[in-house]
Amino acid sequence: MSTERIRNTLGRIPLHIVVIGMVALWLIPALGIFVTSFRSREAVRTSGWWTALSTPPTPGQEEYAAACASCHGADGKALAEADLLDPTIVESYTSSARLIRMLREPIDGQPHVEDPEWQALIEDTQRTREALEKLAPVSEHLGILSGLGRAVDYSLTASNWIDALVGYKGTETYQADCATGVSQSGKFKCNARDLLNPEGMARAFLNSLLVTIPSTILPILFAAFAAYAFAWLHFPGRMWMFALLVGLQIVPLQMTLVPIAQLYSRLGLSSTFVGIWLFHTGFGLPYAIYLLRNFLGGLPRDLFESIYLDGANHWTAFWKLAVPLSVPAIGSLAIFQFLWVWNDLLVAIILLPTSPVLTYQITNLIDPRGGNWHLLTAAAFLSMIVPMIVFVAFQRYFVRGLLAGAVKG
Amino acid sequence: MVPKIMRQGTLTPWLYLAAAVAIMLVFIVYPTLNTVMLSLRNKTGTQSAAVDCIPGEPCWGTLDNYRYALTDSEMTQALRNNALWLLFMVPGTVAAGLLFAVVTDRVRYERLAKTVVFLPMAISFVGASIIWKFVYALESGAGAQIGVLNAIMVALGRKPIPWLTNPNWMVNNVSLWIVGVWLWAGFCMTIISAALKAVPEEILEAARVDGASEWQVFWRIMFPIILPTITVVITTMVINILKVFDIVFVMTGGLNGTEVIANRMFKFIVTNQGRSMAIAVLLIALTIPIMIINVRRFREQEAIR
Repeated sequence: MSTERIRNTLGRIPLHIVVIGMVALWLIPALGIFVTSFRSREAVRTSGWWTALSTPPTPGQEEYAAACASCHGADGKALAEADLLDPTIVESYTSSARLIRMLREPIDGQPHVEDPEWQALIEDTQRTREALEKLAPVSEHLGILSGLGRAVDYSLTASNWIDALVGYKGTETYQADCATGVSQSGKFKCNARDLLNPEGMARAFLNSLLVTIPSTILPILFAAFAAYAFAWLHFPGRMWMFALLVGLQIVPLQMTLVPIAQLYSRLGLSSTFVGIWLFHTGFGLPYAIYLLRNFLGGLPRDLFESIYLDGANHWTAFWKLAVPLSVPAIGSLAIFQFLWVWNDLLVAIILLPTSPVLTYQITNLIDPRGGNWHLLTAAAFLSMIVPMIVFVAFQRYFVRGLLAGAVKG
Repeated sequence: MVPKIMRQGTLTPWLYLAAAVAIMLVFIVYPTLNTVMLSLRNKTGTQSAAVDCIPGEPCWGTLDNYRYALTDSEMTQALRNNALWLLFMVPGTVAAGLLFAVVTDRVRYERLAKTVVFLPMAISFVGASIIWKFVYALESGAGAQIGVLNAIMVALGRKPIPWLTNPNWMVNNVSLWIVGVWLWAGFCMTIISAALKAVPEEILEAARVDGASEWQVFWRIMFPIILPTITVVITTMVINILKVFDIVFVMTGGLNGTEVIANRMFKFIVTNQGRSMAIAVLLIALTIPIMIINVRRFREQEAIR
């Protein structure tokens, strides 16, 4: 390698650091919730997600090995008269305060603990606080040994995803409750029907699909007709009407919700799918017409002239020429509208409160004390799967649409 | 212009427009006018806003909801925050987008890097807010920090920080802005990147032959060429930021000094319709300048066409 090339390669290192650093900054936050969605509730609460792949030691194991194992044995059953596997013995010492009181009492005139360092710590009444802190994991360990307590489950599991899908909010997991029969009497049937629980993400997923698909098709259909008129039909007021449309694209959606909600309650459309389809159609139209009209208007004039010379009318020109040729533009538009509707929260809360969509269902899961990250992360990821697939598969269309009319937010 | 041969009937165009125009009249024009009207009414829309005036206290009569929207301390906080969002986020996202567009242009794994930065555009604001709430998570007791940022703080030997509930309201807002940049930088990057790639290579080569440094080539040649595109990005971002709602709603609920206009409007939708609508009208009034810019730009483009 010539010195020139080496210098070149070295000179590019800062560039790679910037690019890779930025990719990492963008990826790590999302990676955090992805990893967390596979960890048990206790594991999430007690350790960071970045430790998920290293198995943390069982609490108190080290301390137990240092202070107790020489007499009680590594497994706790070396002394027959003090079998640490016996829950009836351990029961009395599950708090470190009770444990230290017992340890300070001598056995046969000898101090309970042999290890000199631990012995000194336990005897020293000036350092009780420190001793209690160090003994807490030991008593936790004793609990685990005797089967009284439960070790934190650090294995990766899919149960959060199942819990999120069926809307399980109990203290165990859906599967565990079903296995022990706890849920049989409650709201869960422990069969496929649980997927329809209105509090679950599976049901919300279905609602999101029911909202999004018609809300994507309808505006494109209506916009295609209107865009054709704006591009290839002559009528008075064509220019100023279109200019008005350009302005309308940015009307903040927030404005129009309350009057529509009131109108719906008068018409009996409150909380109906038809109502939300129509709203999204209305809101999507200005941008859809703008994009399609610009695309159709850019098609060669000769094409249209020749099809007319062959005796076509507007109807055939629209279906045989305009629609097939604008497939790329329709593709971009479909992706935009799909993502927009799928990810919407505000419209769904106000117009469809009784059939929660994914975004709304997630906000229902938020615990202000942060106690259910295991569920929330799985739910958030469930809501992202479809848009991410759509996005990665049709990225080219998406970018093209963005470049054609970068005005709508 | 439409070719002569295609001019068939005066009714036909309206048939093609009918469905779209009817839907837009019902869902855009009617609610817009109705919102303005309701903003002059009381809590439930039954009487004029003036009836809620208390003698001896300031009152703007029929426009009393606007007195709230413009002078109440909660609203001035929201207006201040939206202004700060604009001040920070517009340059922030555009600069980040510009930087990424320039640097990724020079590496072989460009597509992959861009997809990663662009991906937040595909997910919902709610999803993104959950992602970042977890980054900012705070354990105030003795337990381990499960949020990345506070774990780093502890590893560095510092105290964990309440990133979203800080007594210093600027901290909470900065935390939200970081989420905003994470969300929108990909959008800015994509548009700016397309503009950069459209700059003719010959011009750049000519400058380099004349001895211009890469720095000069960028600022003296590329930047002026892509400036119109950057203006488009800026206007779009201004609209996005004026409307910002979901991030604040999910992450802080507008508490601890993070209130924004749209969240205020949402809070009053049920409890005080008049106020809610006055805030909505205020929001749309703020977007009118951008609307005018967009329409003007459109007409210029049409004139060239």
